[in-house]
Amino acid sequence: MKKVYFYGTCLVDLFFPDAGMAGIQLLRQAGLEVVFPEGQTCCGQPAYNCGYWEEARAVARAQVALFPDDLPVILPSGSCAGMMKVHYPELFHGEPDESQVRAFSGRVYELTQFLVDVLHVQLKDLGAPVKVTWHSSCHALRDLGLKVEPQSLLGQLENVEVAPLAREYECCGFGGTFSVRQPEISGAMVCDKSADAEATGASVLLSTDGGCLLNVNGALEAKQSQLRVQHIAEFLWERTHAR
Amino acid sequence: MHADTDILFRDSASKALLDPQLRANFRRAMDGLMAKRKAQFPDPQDLQELRELSTAIRSRSLLNLPTLLEQLETNLTRNGIQVHWAETCDEANQLILGLLQARGAKTLVKGKSMVSEEMHLNAFLEAHGIEALESDLGEYIIQLDDETPSHIIMPAIHKNKDQIARQFSQKIKDAKYTEDVDELTAMARKVLRQKFLDADAGISGVNFAVAETGTLCLVENEGNGRMSTHVPPLHIAVMGLEKVVANLEEVAPLYAILTRSATGQAVSTYFNLITGPRGEGELDGPQEVHLVILDNGRSRIYADPQLQATLRCIRCGACMNHCPVYTRVGGHAYEAVYPGPIGKILTPQMEGVGVRHDLLHGSSLCGACSEVCPVQIPIPDIIVRLRREATHTDATSSVMGKGSGRTNTEDWAWRIWAGVLKRPALYRLATWFATRFGRALPGSAPLLKHWTAHRTKPVPAKRSLSERMRAEGGPHV
Amino acid sequence: MSSRSAILERLRATAGGGPLPTLNPAVMERRHWSAPERVVRLRKGMEAVHTEFLEAKPATWPDVVRTFCESEGLKNLLLGPTSEAGGALAATWAPGGTQLVAYDRPVEAFKTELFTSIEAGFTGTVGGIAETGGLLLMPGPQEPRLLSLVPPIHLALLRAATIQDSFWSAVQALGWTRSLPPNALMISGPSKTADIEQTLAYGVHGPKRLVVVLVDDLT
Repeated sequence: MKKVYFYGTCLVDLFFPDAGMAGIQLLRQAGLEVVFPEGQTCCGQPAYNCGYWEEARAVARAQVALFPDDLPVILPSGSCAGMMKVHYPELFHGEPDESQVRAFSGRVYELTQFLVDVLHVQLKDLGAPVKVTWHSSCHALRDLGLKVEPQSLLGQLENVEVAPLAREYECCGFGGTFSVRQPEISGAMVCDKSADAEATGASVLLSTDGGCLLNVNGALEAKQSQLRVQHIAEFLWERTHAR
Repeated sequence: MHADTDILFRDSASKALLDPQLRANFRRAMDGLMAKRKAQFPDPQDLQELRELSTAIRSRSLLNLPTLLEQLETNLTRNGIQVHWAETCDEANQLILGLLQARGAKTLVKGKSMVSEEMHLNAFLEAHGIEALESDLGEYIIQLDDETPSHIIMPAIHKNKDQIARQFSQKIKDAKYTEDVDELTAMARKVLRQKFLDADAGISGVNFAVAETGTLCLVENEGNGRMSTHVPPLHIAVMGLEKVVANLEEVAPLYAILTRSATGQAVSTYFNLITGPRGEGELDGPQEVHLVILDNGRSRIYADPQLQATLRCIRCGACMNHCPVYTRVGGHAYEAVYPGPIGKILTPQMEGVGVRHDLLHGSSLCGACSEVCPVQIPIPDIIVRLRREATHTDATSSVMGKGSGRTNTEDWAWRIWAGVLKRPALYRLATWFATRFGRALPGSAPLLKHWTAHRTKPVPAKRSLSERMRAEGGPHV
Repeated sequence: MSSRSAILERLRATAGGGPLPTLNPAVMERRHWSAPERVVRLRKGMEAVHTEFLEAKPATWPDVVRTFCESEGLKNLLLGPTSEAGGALAATWAPGGTQLVAYDRPVEAFKTELFTSIEAGFTGTVGGIAETGGLLLMPGPQEPRLLSLVPPIHLALLRAATIQDSFWSAVQALGWTRSLPPNALMISGPSKTADIEQTLAYGVHGPKRLVVVLVDDLT
């Protein structure tokens, strides 16, 4: 049996463990052995984005060390996968361990990207008819170029209708530290996003990223919306595994 | 200018967010501009090739910059256009004032120029008794209200037609109140035609300066640029030193991508190539043409290999049209000559990263700007780099004001953050506390209160993923 | 040290690092159409921005211009009397009706009249652009710069055979990449603005109407 590594990410670890479990189950369902190294914390993105690169590197280095074998590293997050795949090589540019880090970055995949582009999974929908809408996370979209992968998985589910979200490619306003450093602008962005999401008439908003989900969910709950949010991994697992 | 006070983008943005009219004006305009741009690029392959070609042209121009500038000067001079160099805005203003005073010029008409905004040229000339009238309709509208441009291409985009109708009826002599756009335009035409006729001098910007032929290229739709540069006896052009391009062949793709990216037009109404003053036997055109080449911090930006990409900018404004922050707060909230994403990287480099630290944090790093940038400026990467510059003093850095945005609080916060996250045992302890007691944290706690102004409190799961995987006892390492 | 030397010295301290990126102009060179297609594309592009077209034959275009002027009731038409197009028009212009005015004095002697009483200006062109629509003009001693700018109507003579594929190919065909006259320009339509609420309005500073006299010389 082929093996892959799974990197949970701090947001999934703390706020969306069900999504992490679901991601692992989806990989197992596809016939893989999933290795979840103990001691994972955070990819280091918050410090990197704020310019605290030494601190980001120290944390990043500790993560890279947990994945020594030449196996794919799967993340249930476009943003963290983007950090590890695209920004680690920049962060470690000129460092003594640059080549090891580059090799690691080359093995990093976002979950839906891996399911579609590498595993070519075929999903069978076992769930009841439902209308969902899709929020593209900025980093999945622009760091990783994942424009079609997540939606193609949803397209395989015959009882799932995907209602298009107005301004689908616009940021939800999370942006990590941005949400607390610029709370007014971030708040305005997430209010607009949740209004656009509600206008789709969907019952669930799906995304690849814990940050976006935490943000949009908070805004929807604050206005006591009927619309709920879910990580795509959890949604896919719920609909495709035999109970 | 903004000497040592910290300008808080957050404060001005918050005020702008409370203005529903402003937000509606920008949202409508930006949605329209995004759709128009998209319609101009039906083939993604063509678009990417054109972006790569444009990027390569601008990068080459920058790599050869001093040589091209000298070549430009030689050829302009040969063509009869006099070239002047200014290290600072003040020097450029004095130069222009000198040229005007020597010819007794009292009134001048201006074509749209962001560099002249950077120089605050109008105010400077007014203070010396010279009337400088903006003739681009948008610039004219904001000048009537003594405002600055809120967008680099569409300076009056923050106003709707009702606001302009009221403004014209109050400020233009004998104007009646009308909300009809054609009638409003006709009023401005009438006023400005007389001004073109009477002006002693015209001032314009430059979109591209061609080194090989010694040519100044101007892109416009209204004809005010041609009026300002061809009707008065004296034409003074101002440009940032990065505007030079090797030859006219290289201008063609840049022009093609500029108008499409900016306003979603395949072509502008006018593309005007000025290679000399009134020539032998010519009956019109200015007797004298001058070009002022301005540095104002650009040579410092140029010195850094990564930051140099900032100077590739062709000022199309697509980054602001697609920016979710700009769309919501508008251009004035930036309190800078250049608003939006390009302004976020340009302003701190010109004025100091510490002084404009807050601007650097006014971005969610969503990347919509660099996705549409015709010359592929990696704006989010440069924002991150400048955030670093603002809080660190790297020896190799030539960034103005480096390290001056550093605070002990932030320093310690990141040190503690790293201290925990590089030690799995500490992280495990922290998540254990968060999962057990996180929900008890009041929504009014520091930092969290910013989040809860628009959202419910985030509630940690009862058990973390790591804890569950440990409990599962699966194939861990 | 002068500002010039100081600036250039700072730039030189940095410049020249690394190889120059290569240019791949394939995307510019793909734009090709047959001569009749070029006419169609040019018209489509220019009509979309309110340019008007008058169809004419090589022998009879002056009549088309005349008919237009008369039907519009124009009092006068300004032209460059020694230019090829202006000269040809003047040679056949019968007295009466629209009066031809020669732009044959320095503008200083003529500015107020130009701005206040001239109703239309007539120019030739040196080519057209099929890809986007557009006319190429080379003002000069025979055809002053303001002829195509100040009068409210600009009439421009365009020969179909001179229409190029794109601006890219036109600047090469005309030799503009090597040297340029003091003024050369492209015009795609009448003067316009969208500065008030993104609403298009025509005739803001320059001509309110651009009328192309399109001469079919392809056969």
